[in-house]
Amino acid sequence: MDEPRTALEALGRRRLPVSAWPWRAALHLLTVAPLAAAAFAVLGVPWVVLAARLAGGGAGIGEAAVLMLVGIALIAVLGPLVSAPLARAARRGLRRVDHRRIDPRPRPPGPWLRTRYTDPGARLETAYACLIAFASPVLVLAVPLTVVLAGTFVASPVLVLAQRPGDLPVALAFGQVSTVGQTLPYVSAGLVLLAALPYLATLLAGVHGAAARALLTGAPDEDLRAELVEVSRSRTRLADAFEAERLRIERDLHDGAQQRLVGLTLKLGLARLDLPPGSPAAATVGEAHDQAKHLMAELRELIHGIRPQILTDLGLAAALGELADASPVPVTVDARLDGRLPGQVEHTAYFVAAEALTNVARHSGAASARVTARVRDGLLTVDVADDGRGGADPGLGTGLTGLADRVAVTGGRMLLSSPAGGPTVLRVELPCNENRSA
Amino acid sequence: MQREPIRVVLAEDGVLLREGLAGLFDRFGFQVAAAVGDADALKRAVAEHRPGLVVTDIRMPPGFTDEGLRAAVELREADPDLPVVVLSQYVQHRYAADLLGSGGGRGIGYLLKDRVVDVEEFIDALERVAAGGTAVDPQVVSQLLRRRRDPLSALTARERDVLALIAEGRSNAAVARLLHVSEAAVGKHVGAILAKLDLPQTEDTNRRVLAVLAYLRG
Repeated sequence: MDEPRTALEALGRRRLPVSAWPWRAALHLLTVAPLAAAAFAVLGVPWVVLAARLAGGGAGIGEAAVLMLVGIALIAVLGPLVSAPLARAARRGLRRVDHRRIDPRPRPPGPWLRTRYTDPGARLETAYACLIAFASPVLVLAVPLTVVLAGTFVASPVLVLAQRPGDLPVALAFGQVSTVGQTLPYVSAGLVLLAALPYLATLLAGVHGAAARALLTGAPDEDLRAELVEVSRSRTRLADAFEAERLRIERDLHDGAQQRLVGLTLKLGLARLDLPPGSPAAATVGEAHDQAKHLMAELRELIHGIRPQILTDLGLAAALGELADASPVPVTVDARLDGRLPGQVEHTAYFVAAEALTNVARHSGAASARVTARVRDGLLTVDVADDGRGGADPGLGTGLTGLADRVAVTGGRMLLSSPAGGPTVLRVELPCNENRSA
Repeated sequence: MQREPIRVVLAEDGVLLREGLAGLFDRFGFQVAAAVGDADALKRAVAEHRPGLVVTDIRMPPGFTDEGLRAAVELREADPDLPVVVLSQYVQHRYAADLLGSGGGRGIGYLLKDRVVDVEEFIDALERVAAGGTAVDPQVVSQLLRRRRDPLSALTARERDVLALIAEGRSNAAVARLLHVSEAAVGKHVGAILAKLDLPQTEDTNRRVLAVLAYLRG
């Protein structure tokens, strides 16, 4: 089992009495005692007076009301001020019984004095101060009293034996004893109390620690998790935005520049035919025509690199088919995908498959390869397997490491199995919510 | 030109390219009966004009996927003798196979869109298809040849050149012209190729193309 991180967690462990936790807890309570005493001194006095007067039966309604008002006013006015140093000290002491990260709540901007009265965090610190003020009797006295009581019980035979004739019987909690035999129940009760002492100390310290963590710290785990979720969401949004932008650029280039360029090249081709062969004009126009054709090829490549048009038009299955057709190594494609997948997923899967097939052709020495694509339970799995010599190493600049990042953005993962001697299987898993409307 | 002008229905959604192609057709003595921008208009125009050749882009509104191709396949089902050339933005072997399967591969062409700028080649392909022949884009053929590297290793380099040109749908005469050899020499090469690949000897260019393509597709 893991090492317990807090006193409360340690409480459930069998080895608690022999561990360091009870000692830590005791030390913790010892450091809390002055804090509790200070809080009590500032905030608790009117309430104690009130309690005493009520218990004594001498307090009228008016007096009780005044005492209560004074008590509330003290808490409202002084509470926020005294709670600040108390909270600081308590957070320091918390380390003894709570080994998790301890982060103070971030202080809101503004003058200190004002934020003490407006910040919700400061209010929680004040609540902490009240809590330890009123719990101070238990926090401060429970353990020492138990120690004294248990010690007296256990020592009672000695006390009885040490008596000289004529002395009064020894008074213990529930009565008086005058013979060793009468002390035996007390001795056993004392032993039980002693055995319970580590648990009592750890429990008190643990409960105090949990309250202090809840009231005084920024619950870093949850904050951090929430932040991480938000970061990964925003990363996905960013990737989606990039994908949308890619799509837009591809459409713009295709519908605009590419169309115009084809029109222009066609005109040049026609002009070339209308000029007398061998004339200087024909040579120039012929050159221009050739250059325009090169430019067409370059633009086509460029658009393909941004987002293959077949992927945009027909989706992943068709695009994988095209990839396979263009591969110098014979590739079979088995893509069973109903409908379209989210653009980002299609794009990522396509580029992983393209890179994998390039590697197959370049490095594997394979005679054939196979691409399989399936969607199951909202997870797209694409396998690229070849019968080559294996030994592919993603660290050797095969371009796969960059793709792993793109895969990670979609919340997916990429796996490579390539033992020496083959076969090599590259698998990419991408979460997707199938989108039939494309 | 002595021959009857070939009447063409053209479907292309890009206005610039549509006008450019219409100009090209005029220049080479085709008669543009209709130039339209989507698949439905194409089907209507074909019904109205009964053209001698249909040239259509595959990717057209409203979906910008394969509207033109589906229209072409439909038109061929209704009239298997209607010569159709489709222009594709990218190589899609399934498209080529779908088309060649319709009407026994007679009068069919599958060309990449970029091919239109090689004006004379393009016109040659259109005329071939209008006359009931076949035109398969060289890139489609070269991909097929690459995939069947092993069985084709028995061929000489010259024979592979000849094979590629036959697969594009060229006649012996055209192959001879393009490779600067005599037609008799081409005939000899063709005989050798068909024998080595265990394909039936035939003089019919169309059936030869289909047999070769079927073989290359495996």
